[in-house]
Amino acid sequence: MFIIGERINGMFKAVGEAIKKKDHSVIQELAKKQIAAGADCLDVNVGPVAEDPTEAMIWLVKVIRQVFNGPVAIDSPKPAVLEAGLQAAGDNAIINSTTGVPEKLNTILPLAVKYNAAVIGLTISEKGVPADSAGRMEVAANIVASAMEKGIMPDMIYIDGVILPVNVAQPQCQEVMKLISEVRMISNPAPKTVLGLSNVSQGTKQRPLINRTYLAMAIGYGLDAAIMDPLDKDLMDAAITADLLMNRHIYCDSYLEAYRKK
Amino acid sequence: MEILKEKSSLRINEVLIGAGKDKGGTRTSAVTIGGENCLPFHLFEGEMPNPPKTAMEIWDMKPSDWPAALVKPFDDVMDSPAKWAKKCVEQYGAEIIALRLQSAHPDFGDAGADKCAAAVRSVLDSVGVPLVIFGCGNDEKDNMIMPKCSETAKGENCLMGNATQANYKTLTASCLADGHSIIGETPIDVNIQKQVNILVTEMGFDAKKIVMDPTTGGLGYGLEYTYSVMERIRSAALGGDSTLSMPFICRAGQESWRAKESKAGVSERPEWGDEAQRGPAWEIATGVPLLVAGADLLVVRHPESLAGLKGMIKHLMDKQE
Repeated sequence: MFIIGERINGMFKAVGEAIKKKDHSVIQELAKKQIAAGADCLDVNVGPVAEDPTEAMIWLVKVIRQVFNGPVAIDSPKPAVLEAGLQAAGDNAIINSTTGVPEKLNTILPLAVKYNAAVIGLTISEKGVPADSAGRMEVAANIVASAMEKGIMPDMIYIDGVILPVNVAQPQCQEVMKLISEVRMISNPAPKTVLGLSNVSQGTKQRPLINRTYLAMAIGYGLDAAIMDPLDKDLMDAAITADLLMNRHIYCDSYLEAYRKK
Repeated sequence: MEILKEKSSLRINEVLIGAGKDKGGTRTSAVTIGGENCLPFHLFEGEMPNPPKTAMEIWDMKPSDWPAALVKPFDDVMDSPAKWAKKCVEQYGAEIIALRLQSAHPDFGDAGADKCAAAVRSVLDSVGVPLVIFGCGNDEKDNMIMPKCSETAKGENCLMGNATQANYKTLTASCLADGHSIIGETPIDVNIQKQVNILVTEMGFDAKKIVMDPTTGGLGYGLEYTYSVMERIRSAALGGDSTLSMPFICRAGQESWRAKESKAGVSERPEWGDEAQRGPAWEIATGVPLLVAGADLLVVRHPESLAGLKGMIKHLMDKQE
């Protein structure tokens, strides 16, 4: 499992304040904590209320790069902010994200080419979020085809089936899992799959339980990556255990510690 | 036809055995095992910077039940581990000596720590090659004798064995204190092998000084099971699992000479042919599959097996164009 830590997001109070005050120690602590807990990549999002999102993104990425040279996911709906983040990140960047809407694709994909970045593609079309896995597959195939036309290899694309909250669109949970396994058939090499996990439990009572159960189920369908909270120990334990049950690493009695030590 | 080449994400750890004057020891040679980044002998898709090595096994007492064919090469020296080691190195070309402190075993003499340490000292004084030191296999006795033997050999960077899941703390502590490398032994079990590596490193021991002994059956007595476990471990290591990326040691001699196929005299089994050739042949035929499964250090008994396996290693290392 490729774990993308979601905690550096301006919508969290502590992060929002750190961005305002330019307090780099808060950000760097959060970066180190997430990596130590087992995250492979850090999502970077300035949040909805940053005064100057571009400047905030550059600052965030630079501060993180002082303590971490691994993959970072630049998370913004605004192409200008995305590009500023990609520039600051250098190698090892992932664009979070594009949709399947042609105007958006045509703006974002060139950035992926320019900065040699991987890209997360949400299966959202002009009509919105499709009702089932077939509808999502159509958007996914279109994203992959557009990317390949521009010379982007399919395994640089992470397809996100857009999970909706279980108390809002309950049947969609299964449709997204079906998509995860069907996406493998789009191309060879196949695109990867990713989930914005926390969304499945948005507004519900049992958020941690729902998150970790859905993550384990999705890993069973072949999920490659998740944007999630690596500081949730039970969630991480579930991810590591699901990976074990998918024969991705060898069992030993201390397998949970062994995974975190790697 | 183009051969599809696999690239591995991790290299097997390199373990150095033996230390010269510049490093606090008295060895005149040192060997490195491990370091490969491909499946065994897949030189078309990777490197093996340290070809597999061989060690000759000697005991600190004359074995009572070795077959005649195995006793013959050492008959005149088996009462002295120092002389036995010297003959192995000078006459038979051993590059490493593996000393088994069998006399400590309660059923074989029940020797104490002082006597065993003296045997270690005498071998260290007699030969300059690196030393592997095995206990007697009885946990309680090994915990009594190994600390003193480890201390006697301090500075020589020996390879000491064996730590097991049930009994690893004493040996790990001694190796930590005296700068030796350690062998982690398991009963042909990939999960326990991983666990032993973790237990030992949790005591602060450097993962890069661990060698794995997966325990082998001799040819015809479980070798295939060992082979498949070694393959699984080595594939996981090359695929990125650093808790399994240690080199392997295999006691081919100990296991192959248990078999009746090695021991039976030609008068008992005329259809099996002359036992003087048969024993070493069985040992070589046990050693070769272990090499191909990933053995980085083979421990053998008979000088003809040693020569045969050395030749085989050279042959397998000839880069295939």
